Amino acid sequence: MKTNGGKALMKNLEAQGVEIVFGLPGGAILPAYDPLIDSSIRHVLVRHEQGAGHMAEGYAHATGRPGVAIVTSGPAATNMVTPLADAMLDSVPLVCITGQVASGTIGSDAFQECDTTGITMAVTKHNFLVTDAEQIPQVIHDAFHIATTGRPGPVLIDIPKDLVDANNPVSQFEDYEPSGHDLPGYKPTVEPNLQDIQAAAKLIFQSQKPVIYSGGGILKARAAEQLKDLAELLDIHVVTTLMNRGGFPDNHPLALGMPGMHGNYTAVTALQQSDLLITLGARFDDRVTGKVDAFAPDAKIIHADIDPAEFNKVRSVDVAIQGDVGKTITELIKAIRELEETESHADRSAWKSQISGWKEKYPLVYDEWQTGEGLKPQSVIEQMRDNTPDDTIVASGVGQHQMWASQFWNFNHPYTWINSGGLGTMGFAVPAAIGAKAGKPERMVWAIDGDGCFQMTNQELVTARLENFPVKIAVLNNGYLGMVRQWQELFYDERYSEVHLQPDLPDYKMLAESMGCVGIRVESPEEVKPAIEQANEINDRPVVIDFRTEASENVYPMVPAGKSNSEVIVHPSQGNEE
Amino acid sequence: MSSIRFHTLVVRVENKPGVLARVSGLFARRGFNIESLAVAPTDNELFSRLTIVVDAESAPLEQVVKQLDKLINVVEIQELSPEDSISRELILATVNVDEGREDQIMREIESFEANVLSVGDQKIVVSLSGTPETINDFEAVLETYGIVEVQRTGIIALSTITS
Repeated sequence: MKTNGGKALMKNLEAQGVEIVFGLPGGAILPAYDPLIDSSIRHVLVRHEQGAGHMAEGYAHATGRPGVAIVTSGPAATNMVTPLADAMLDSVPLVCITGQVASGTIGSDAFQECDTTGITMAVTKHNFLVTDAEQIPQVIHDAFHIATTGRPGPVLIDIPKDLVDANNPVSQFEDYEPSGHDLPGYKPTVEPNLQDIQAAAKLIFQSQKPVIYSGGGILKARAAEQLKDLAELLDIHVVTTLMNRGGFPDNHPLALGMPGMHGNYTAVTALQQSDLLITLGARFDDRVTGKVDAFAPDAKIIHADIDPAEFNKVRSVDVAIQGDVGKTITELIKAIRELEETESHADRSAWKSQISGWKEKYPLVYDEWQTGEGLKPQSVIEQMRDNTPDDTIVASGVGQHQMWASQFWNFNHPYTWINSGGLGTMGFAVPAAIGAKAGKPERMVWAIDGDGCFQMTNQELVTARLENFPVKIAVLNNGYLGMVRQWQELFYDERYSEVHLQPDLPDYKMLAESMGCVGIRVESPEEVKPAIEQANEINDRPVVIDFRTEASENVYPMVPAGKSNSEVIVHPSQGNEE
Repeated sequence: MSSIRFHTLVVRVENKPGVLARVSGLFARRGFNIESLAVAPTDNELFSRLTIVVDAESAPLEQVVKQLDKLINVVEIQELSPEDSISRELILATVNVDEGREDQIMREIESFEANVLSVGDQKIVVSLSGTPETINDFEAVLETYGIVEVQRTGIIALSTITS
């Protein structure tokens, strides 16, 4: 049966199980938007292409299914570069379809032409330029396979306009079902090597100060249950990186929370003083290690990852286990059980009491609110945490509010925390929350945002209202680019350079209302909880709460950039050794 | 990891548009230095073969190989050790031949078994294929006469046959 590129595009997206796409039409993608009308796929019309990309990411984070974005050529494709880079660094499965100028005009600097595959080469796991309409079914089949297997990531498909234009003879071809993949160079290793597993088990038995260092790979591999089983079997504490918040329940006795630059003292110090890091789906990011040469100097390293390029990239490993981290943990549990029949674990009691001591001495703290001050952002987050369902999904932007959200929320379930970890994309929260709500409509979705971030992408609240995604946005409005302000205070002698934003402009309440949302302003502590409760009750439209927070508030603990994790600065009230 | 600075990688890639850009882009953005790169189709039109000489001082070879392997279009990577492989390179050079030095340069060219491809007024074009070391030596000799223009192909390499 004859088909055409446009029809085939929709049919093959449907065949991949795609239910929703985020996008915005334009010249070069126009012919593909016509068959969309007859498709079962829901299209969410965004207000800026970057929003479509982050929505697709939010959807993927919340559901585990690949997010899909469709936009046109030229500026639409360049607007997509940020979400692609974000998805690349955080290993988010994303398929992005971009229109391209007609085949015959490629390379002629045509209207809205840009070299999309050239530009996005460095920020995608792979990209395709379709050169023949007949390739479309196979390319879509391959693109979803690449995006979702191995180490997940973004894949872009660039399709010239004529190849999806039903009226153009070059778009016609004999329809077919792709069978198998045309990817001779792509065979991710999923099954772990059992000898490596044995070697890892032996190291664990010898260790007196082990820590499980768990990263975003746990969530990508859907291995949170296995991680819990392993931790409980071994009775070893678990740190969860920023990308794995929720991958191990914060209310578990073995949970140490987030390590790194703004990690809590115990998580940072346990990694630092450990003699064995059981690294599961984590990548020794500089925000976790601090000064690499001084990171966990006495620790041997077990490193399990689906991507072998992570081994020895930052830190030399003692045992590397390539494969799916869920399968790795399952095999590791077996190996440990077997070994337990003949051997016993080293004595770890001293280490455990050391960890409890740190937990007791250095909890996360902040100063009491004083009359005349702005709201304490940490307190706002705690009250949100305590007055929302336990499985609430939280999306965040990037900066102080992101760190406080990660620190003070309790993530007890996987896939409840959605943020931009690797790229650090300001403006991520609003569209990511919308994408999460699209994927999980039955769940409550809150975004914790900063005023700087909110001003980058808030126009997508119009999308949220019109498309009926009743997300709730908490803007922690301190009138500053707060994290930059904090660095200027601490490291630039309080010389504040271009960080003041102005808390009253825009008027966040009016801005929210103008976009069809409920707008609430909260200025005093007693109004915080009622406002959260009011927002929780609203399910027919988005809500924006403008929380007026204290501008001088800093995020603690903190490891200054380039310093060793041994030099962690705790909250001033907990005393810092000179 | 060996302490050899330059490593020869033979990389089989899918013969698709943009593959060379993917490889060179990867080297550029990860700060890996390429000493030389030769690329041509193979006997199977679906694949091309790259011979890349990598400077392992810029990045550990393990990282270079693993990052290359992540490129979807890269099918196979093989490191050729100097002991178990044959390397060849071709040089073309235009050289000054000052008056009175004609005989001398011809003797040098003969001793390398190089070819004279073109002769002009006080200039000649020569070519030589050989091991990279031979080509280095030959180029050094030519420099003493004055090189006008030179082009080397970069190394291509194959494994030796083990009997």
